[in-house]
Amino acid sequence: MSNFPFLSVLTVAPLVGALVVALLPRKRPDLAKLVAFGWSLLVLVLSVVMWFAFSAGGDRFQFRESYAWIPNWGVRFTFEVDGIALVMLMLIAILVPLVILASWHDAESSKRSVPVYFALLLVLECTMIGVFAAADVFLFYVFFEVMLVPMYFLIGSYGGHQRQYAAVKFFLYSLVGGLFMLAAVIGLWVVGGKTFDWQTLSQAEFATNTARWLFLGFFLAFAIKAPFFPFHTWLPDAGGAAPAGAAALLVGVLDKVGTFGILRYCLPLFPEASRWFAPWALALGVIGIIYAALLAVGQNDLKRLVSYTSIAHFGFIGVGIFAFTTQAGTGAVLYMLNHGLATGLLFLVVGMLIARRGSSLISDFGGAGKLVPVLAGVLFFAGLASLALPGTAPFVSEFLVLIGTFTVNKPVAVIATLGIILAAAYVLWMVQRTTQGTLNPALTEVEGMRRDLSLREKVVVAPLIALIVLLGFYPKPVTDVINPAVQATMQDVGKSDPAPEVGSVQEAAK
Amino acid sequence: MEQTVEFATADGLLGSVWLLVAIPLVSAAVLLLLGKRADRWGHWLGVAAIGAAFVLGLTYFFQLRGLENKQVQTSLWQFITVGDLKVDFGLLFDPLAAVFVLLITGVGFLIHLYAVEYMAHDEGRRRFFGYFNLFVAAMLLLVLGNNYVMLYFGWEGVGLASYLLISFWYGRPSAATAGKKAFLMNRVGDAGLAIGIFVLFAQLGTTQYDEVFNGVGSMTSTTVLVLGLLLLLGAAGKSGQFPLQAWLPDAMEGPTPVSALIHAATMVTAGVYLIARSNPIFSANETLQLVVVSVGALTLLLGCIIGAAKDDIKRVLAWSTVSQIGYMFLGVGLGGGAYALAIIHLLAHGFFKANMFLGAGSVMHGMKDQVDIRRFGGLSKYMKITWLTFMMGWLAIIGIPPLSGYFSKEPIIASAFEREGWTAWLFGGAALLGAGLTAFYMTRLFVLTFHGPKRWTEDIEHPHESPKLMTIPLILLAAGSVVAGGLMTLNDGVVSWLTPVLGEEAGGEAHGVLSHTVITILSILITVLGAGLAWFLFRTGTATEPQPAGVVVTAARRNLYTDAFNEAVFEKPGIFLTRALVFLDNRGVDGLVNGLAAAVGGGSGRLRRLQTGFVRSYATSILTGALLVVAAFLAVQAGWLA
Repeated sequence: MSNFPFLSVLTVAPLVGALVVALLPRKRPDLAKLVAFGWSLLVLVLSVVMWFAFSAGGDRFQFRESYAWIPNWGVRFTFEVDGIALVMLMLIAILVPLVILASWHDAESSKRSVPVYFALLLVLECTMIGVFAAADVFLFYVFFEVMLVPMYFLIGSYGGHQRQYAAVKFFLYSLVGGLFMLAAVIGLWVVGGKTFDWQTLSQAEFATNTARWLFLGFFLAFAIKAPFFPFHTWLPDAGGAAPAGAAALLVGVLDKVGTFGILRYCLPLFPEASRWFAPWALALGVIGIIYAALLAVGQNDLKRLVSYTSIAHFGFIGVGIFAFTTQAGTGAVLYMLNHGLATGLLFLVVGMLIARRGSSLISDFGGAGKLVPVLAGVLFFAGLASLALPGTAPFVSEFLVLIGTFTVNKPVAVIATLGIILAAAYVLWMVQRTTQGTLNPALTEVEGMRRDLSLREKVVVAPLIALIVLLGFYPKPVTDVINPAVQATMQDVGKSDPAPEVGSVQEAAK
Repeated sequence: MEQTVEFATADGLLGSVWLLVAIPLVSAAVLLLLGKRADRWGHWLGVAAIGAAFVLGLTYFFQLRGLENKQVQTSLWQFITVGDLKVDFGLLFDPLAAVFVLLITGVGFLIHLYAVEYMAHDEGRRRFFGYFNLFVAAMLLLVLGNNYVMLYFGWEGVGLASYLLISFWYGRPSAATAGKKAFLMNRVGDAGLAIGIFVLFAQLGTTQYDEVFNGVGSMTSTTVLVLGLLLLLGAAGKSGQFPLQAWLPDAMEGPTPVSALIHAATMVTAGVYLIARSNPIFSANETLQLVVVSVGALTLLLGCIIGAAKDDIKRVLAWSTVSQIGYMFLGVGLGGGAYALAIIHLLAHGFFKANMFLGAGSVMHGMKDQVDIRRFGGLSKYMKITWLTFMMGWLAIIGIPPLSGYFSKEPIIASAFEREGWTAWLFGGAALLGAGLTAFYMTRLFVLTFHGPKRWTEDIEHPHESPKLMTIPLILLAAGSVVAGGLMTLNDGVVSWLTPVLGEEAGGEAHGVLSHTVITILSILITVLGAGLAWFLFRTGTATEPQPAGVVVTAARRNLYTDAFNEAVFEKPGIFLTRALVFLDNRGVDGLVNGLAAAVGGGSGRLRRLQTGFVRSYATSILTGALLVVAAFLAVQAGWLA
């Protein structure tokens, strides 16, 4: 089974699906939805098969495929995945069908074509899979940029208030980052022996200064994409204007390309530069945790609030990556998965609430728990996952990041830990203002607020809740996949875990 | 002192100790997931789950008694295995865990039973029992874990359950706010506990109790101090101790059974459990013990003083809880033999305080949810069972022999006098003074509620006694309030039972600055004095309207300005900071981005508007941003080099 070309098939399949869906008659929106949903389920099934075909303790990279593309420049269609990329592919495969199901009626309110909306979601899936599966630097860059296009149209054509402004800002901001990366990619090709193959490049040695400049080019693009403080201001606009489903993918998956890129490209290709820049990156991460959490507390719009919580979470991921320990690194990657599940759920359920009320302003709610108790319960659960309560998956990742960071850098870990207090503040205050307290009389007059979760909506949230709880109690199947890849990455950087400060107790016991 | 801790493997029947956590957890899941379908029978499922856990707990307890090594552990599955960090879902059943299991499930069962009737007319009764069972599961995990991460797991779990139950009537803004306040203040403590766990891993490479305790000796004294202070912060948050006490009285917004079980008998004593469990750490540093003792002494006086000025029956009891846990902190801070004394007081307190809270609930039940003790009076004739059972709780807490409180509190006072030098007088004196104050405010509460003239509101004609389902738990808890203290101290029963965990009492008969007999006489005298004074002042009732008061009473009514302090120092600046940052982010950081875009693109009308007039805020934000980055960089550097 391991000879099956999983990665190329996975990348191409959604694209084919998108073409089919786009060609369906505009007057048959339901057919388009069903085809899109079915297609994404097929991708999910294939991904699950691939998950089990991947051998967790085996080679670092598996499922390698390589096809000629532009021989003159040494550009090839090369795909392969390590544990980190595999986990991200699973996240995409799980989220896309749920997002399609959650967006069932989202496109109807706009005057644009419904089939195109779902086709765009599938195109987005194709580019997201491609960017994580690519093992050729140029191919990665292409997917990295092309990914913007479907998202631009999803926000700009189907979004809410200020969608044009948000879409242009998102596109331009990312493009600027991409240009820095393009310069670095070309530079890499020049000094790296005229090849784009990741495997070859990761063996190459660069002059110290060259490597630092190249690192910076990649890092800027990734820091904007992730986004890290202070490159974050496009996200609240984009997340606030995007349809809830697209926002879930934007924050849940797209942004992870930034942190994934750092792990795959910055660290292994430029180890010395990574170590040199690490204090600055840690500083940005830890500022982001506190700064964005404080901003989240101060938001009065639900979707912008969730966007800011994500920026705080990306701070945790950044800290985890640049602490250079096994625990922090594994925690960071696990965080990428868990954040996708938890914030994905949060965006989707917030979207359900907004769709009913017709407004995303928190002050338009109040006491909604009386009207839609199940929806309020799911919102609360998603909030708990977001504040990393033990028993939900994000606890494990946050704990790993913090404990792993503490062993090498106590001030950073301690400041970051303060973030868990702020997380409780923004979640609970949001919950209180929307679902608790006196019932806002205006709510009772809104038709939609009288309907609790429908069966379709329950099917959307149930798998996410189940996964969040399951991984909260038993994360081992995932950490076993991530751990070897992270250890290999840390080896690339030339860092190893510090020993316990007063001697290992376990060894003393033996 | 240098003895190694060795846990045996739990086998046979004890291998199934996980059932204690699983049964209430499954019941909670069923109740919450089935929704309205479980409305008719849900509460009985909840009661049955805790009943089953209690029977199981008793079985395990007797099983443990027969074992040579009374500390057995079992690992269920690998929770986190990354690099050198290995954390299992592991449980430890030992004498300390066993007494907590019996307290939680035993008292918990009675309170669950009581709640069936108390919540009978509430449409959310099934949801209530779901949360209640969730609490018991989390609390059992907290005391049964065999490592600090499991403890933290349960620790946050009980925090969640506490939040859900405080804001159970979420339609009331005050309840929602109180729940949030409790969770937030607890999280401050939790952050301390979490960092404490990081210290353990960085130092010793483990979080498992046996390995940690065996490694304490190899840590420097400063490290132990820092570690202990972090754990203490966590303990203070959960147990409502100074400076994190403000949430506990507000927690009375929850239904009364919640106050009895979570905010009196069990959850709030988790801090005491944490310190007693970590006794090898706390005993290893005298400064640390001094801090714990100080926190305990300060809080016990604070609670008494504020409790004496309150008129809400549940808030008086809540401040009394704060104060009584202060006694327990005093005990665990004293160390040595006092660890076990604190645990005995904790168990005895579980009985008499749950008894009084449920009694208060019974009074409220008969008085149309009135909570103002100025509006009670003369209830002894109308609610005989509630009156008599409450009387037992009252006599127990003020420490009249031979009731529970006498046996559990007096030894702590005596131990405080066994410290060396002036600290004996300071802490012993505080504990003694606290006993007098406790007698005063509890007698005030008792007399104003059950005796003296009726001061009821007009709508109440004939208060009724509560139904049997509520009075039977009251009677059983009252019986516990009477005999538990005596039974536990008979032949040093509980002290020697806890020896495997808490160690032998050092040096046999210690000699304090006062002889034990003198202390006993003094504490009984001061108790009778306080109680007599209150009886004299309040036997004829009290005014039903707020009365002008002096400086001390006014300060006490306002919680000694601790809330005002929190508001002025944390809340207001926090809100200001948040607003300022929102402004800066929109106009500064993002303004810069948009300004750049405008400069590049020639500027659109919208962006021009943003640009003009905000030059100063750009400058400020650039400066702030730069300072922020540099400061953070320095912090990182400091950490990097250290």
